[in-house]
Amino acid sequence: MHIVIIGNGISGVTAARWVRKLSEHKITIISSETEYFYSRTALMYIYMGHMRQQDTQPYEPWFWAKNRIELLHKHVDSVAFEAKELSFSDGSSLAFDKLIIATGSKSNKFGWPGQDLNGVGGLYHIQDLERMNKYSHGLQKAVIVGGGLIGIEMAEMFNSRKIPVTMLVREESYWNNVLPTEESAMINKHIKKHHIDLRLGVNLQEITSDDNGNANGIIIKETGEKIDCGFVGLTAGVSPNIQFLKDSGLETGRGILVDKFLETNIKDVYAIGDCAEQRSPMSGRRGVEAIWYTGRMMGETVAYNVCDKAVSYDPGIWFNSAKFLDIEYQVYGNIQAKPPENHGALYWQHQTENKSIRIVYDVENMEVLGFNLMGIRYRHEVCEKWIKERTPIESVLKNLSLANFDPEFYEDYETELVFLYNSIHGANLKLEKKRKWDFVRKFLSQKV
Amino acid sequence: MGFRSKILISKSINMNNYDKSMSLSNPHPPFVDSQQKLAATLGSIGLLMMVLAFAGYSYSNVGWMLTLSCLMLSTGIIWYALRAYYHKIPGIKNDGVWFSSIAARGVLGWISGIVITGFYILLYWYPNMLGQSSGADAANTGLIALFDPLSFLIKGQAASQWFVYGTLYTMAILLFGFKFILKYRHNKYQIVRTISVMFFQLGFAFLLPEFFQAMNEPYYNFANMWPLNYYFFDDYNMNTYTGGTNFGLIMILWGLAMVFIISPILTYLYGKRWYCSWVCGCGGLAETAGDSFRHLSDKSTKAWKIERWMIHGVLLFSFLMTAAVLSTYFNNNSGQWVSKNLFLVIMIAVISFIIGFVLWRKHDIAKSGKNIPMFIIGSVGIVGLLVLFSHVMGYFVLSAGSLRSVYGFLIGSAFSGVVGVGFYPLMGSRVWCRFGCPMAAILGLQQKFFSRFRITTNGGQCISCGNCSTYCEMGIDVRAYAQKGQNIVRASCVGCGVCSAVCPRGVLKLENGSSDIHTKTDLMRTIHISEDEVKILS
Repeated sequence: MHIVIIGNGISGVTAARWVRKLSEHKITIISSETEYFYSRTALMYIYMGHMRQQDTQPYEPWFWAKNRIELLHKHVDSVAFEAKELSFSDGSSLAFDKLIIATGSKSNKFGWPGQDLNGVGGLYHIQDLERMNKYSHGLQKAVIVGGGLIGIEMAEMFNSRKIPVTMLVREESYWNNVLPTEESAMINKHIKKHHIDLRLGVNLQEITSDDNGNANGIIIKETGEKIDCGFVGLTAGVSPNIQFLKDSGLETGRGILVDKFLETNIKDVYAIGDCAEQRSPMSGRRGVEAIWYTGRMMGETVAYNVCDKAVSYDPGIWFNSAKFLDIEYQVYGNIQAKPPENHGALYWQHQTENKSIRIVYDVENMEVLGFNLMGIRYRHEVCEKWIKERTPIESVLKNLSLANFDPEFYEDYETELVFLYNSIHGANLKLEKKRKWDFVRKFLSQKV
Repeated sequence: MGFRSKILISKSINMNNYDKSMSLSNPHPPFVDSQQKLAATLGSIGLLMMVLAFAGYSYSNVGWMLTLSCLMLSTGIIWYALRAYYHKIPGIKNDGVWFSSIAARGVLGWISGIVITGFYILLYWYPNMLGQSSGADAANTGLIALFDPLSFLIKGQAASQWFVYGTLYTMAILLFGFKFILKYRHNKYQIVRTISVMFFQLGFAFLLPEFFQAMNEPYYNFANMWPLNYYFFDDYNMNTYTGGTNFGLIMILWGLAMVFIISPILTYLYGKRWYCSWVCGCGGLAETAGDSFRHLSDKSTKAWKIERWMIHGVLLFSFLMTAAVLSTYFNNNSGQWVSKNLFLVIMIAVISFIIGFVLWRKHDIAKSGKNIPMFIIGSVGIVGLLVLFSHVMGYFVLSAGSLRSVYGFLIGSAFSGVVGVGFYPLMGSRVWCRFGCPMAAILGLQQKFFSRFRITTNGGQCISCGNCSTYCEMGIDVRAYAQKGQNIVRASCVGCGVCSAVCPRGVLKLENGSSDIHTKTDLMRTIHISEDEVKILS
């Protein structure tokens, strides 16, 4: 059987690796972006000079031949699903038995005047990085449209090359549709401390250009202010990269619609990662989740399904992470920017440093629902176990040291959190000091 | 130290030069500001004064000139570090690393590599060119004479090339240690660890031994140990300990206790990091002055293969050499309770046992017989054992003395010194520790099989970005483990903690634990498909 995968990002590559683990099928991965898989989340580090492009490739070139995964550096123009054949832009074609579509996302453009000028673009593909790099030489000013994770990455990138940046953010506070108020406020302050000109609650009116079709400035809708700049970054989110499949018979919504086995409406055709949309997402989850981790999980799941071992896609308890300039962020479980009434939160923030811990619980039964960490590392498995087992907040607090994943010698803030809880709730909890791995391991192996 | 200041000079004059071979990202933003250029110039003048002394210029007031030179060098480096990091918000500071000519193997990297290598060649084999006096009555000249006043101050004797080297080496660790602490001041593990290497270098490796000499006691560094200290068992060395006061005896006992008691216990508890990145002088220089080059280590599996057979080859060589040297303390005629032959037979048994154990464990872990490096070492080991055996039988293929000289030249001087530091700007800061150090090899074997230490991976949070692998000075592909959700258990890991520091998603943590010591490499799942959920479709 020949399994063809379109897209060599984390989803497609994970699928290929797992198909190889599970079977002897012939595997071909197609990408027009790069010859080899690289970590998309590391694009910013190439621009900033932390890594070279080859350093962002998780596997050495020999890996693919050794695992009998064929790589095709070509662009798919169209898919004939009936004939089970792909057509490439160079006129050639390729037959498949099963097809996995993992074409990822593209940056959103909302029809702004000037959005297609030279020196305007998002940050998703390596070609986007090349564009940013090309325009960075002698650049006096960059404007970024959109808050979110990629917006702040782009700001950090320009900042690393001492290029002044203005960030236009639609929301009243950075990423406050995801982050709770206090955490969002912490990031606002941190962005400004890095001398990034953060404009909150504003929208882009248009991008202006010179006579050669190059962007030379933007106008803010609310104030009419014009800001001169040589580059405009569009980072107002991403959407599934599926135009080439329009009118092909494949059912699409925002993304390619898939069932719980990640199969599309056409038999033997699957979609995973950013480009896939769940027909019936799990409760509390969105149909399209364009993040690294879900892409990886879908890749593994789809491999079982194409190898005729039915496994439904179960992304488990939500988790994510990011880094906002110098502040690391980790989230486990259900943390809402605008929490429903039954969500209670224990929130602790460091007096001077950019560190905070938020533990969300259900006020009706006091069961823990989620963890939101800024500048502090918590163990994934420990948090997940607590949430999965509906552990009461008091039991979590007593054992909170089990979750701490900060490096050795770091101050621990568990005591302060317990103290805070005691003073709010008039409780008398005592922290059990159990930070060491042996205790963690014992805890993780306990069955309920 | 001399070498590192050269780097500063070149950096200040050559920031417009970037590697044009890179297809992506070749910018030249102002990574170095005007104050940093001034600081670099100041340091360079300090260094130039030493170069002038080396070139034969004799100063009229040597004491003042040395003071001035060292002051300018130190001020230059401290000022440069302050400008580079102090006013910046604490956090990871790797901007522009791969655009720098000096740090990314550009022209300046190659020039500094050649200059440092040259300095080491003079130091080891042509000290007279540095101004080392040729006899007891002759006075030092050149660079070495410049350091006479300091040497007289500390121990009342004229300087030697080793005194000059020790002084510069210690200055490098202290000054670049200061820079490293500023750079990582948000990370307490890095601060504590760096203070530790600075302390051991200044106190144990530099001042104490010099004071001992001033008191007519043998030169001894309590923090150095066999087999890194390969001359420990040499008769000339032993004679200095046994020839004098009881103090020498304490030194011998301490040296043996380090090898057989202290080191195994500490390595069991904390991994080899207690030595390699907390105490050791070679490690100390790599972590401080070498920090700017840590990303240059080769991460390929090919390099890992070469590493394994080189370092274990050196370990075996040092074992055989030591056994041969030790055998000279024994003979077959007088009434010693262990005869020379018996001693050699015991050594052969011990070495065979270690080789056999490692081969067996490797086989056990890999479940395959395809371990070529181990096979080669096994073969070399057998040949070496035959050499030892030939001593027993009485035919001397190679005398203990000549074996010792070959080791001293190849490993002690050429590898650990010339290549070990000279190649910093080309192959990263841990070339010696990774490919050649027998101490690292023996601690590494223990770390892998009998130690609580490992680096744990935080569930499924890895994004495969590659920062951990890139900044691993030992060339470990940390990401390869982290992205699978597997702990990192590698013999070569020196536990510097930089992978954990540079990880943008909080995935890595250096940890000790005894409960899973034999299963610490087990694969953990990063996603949760259990086998019983899988149904085979009919």
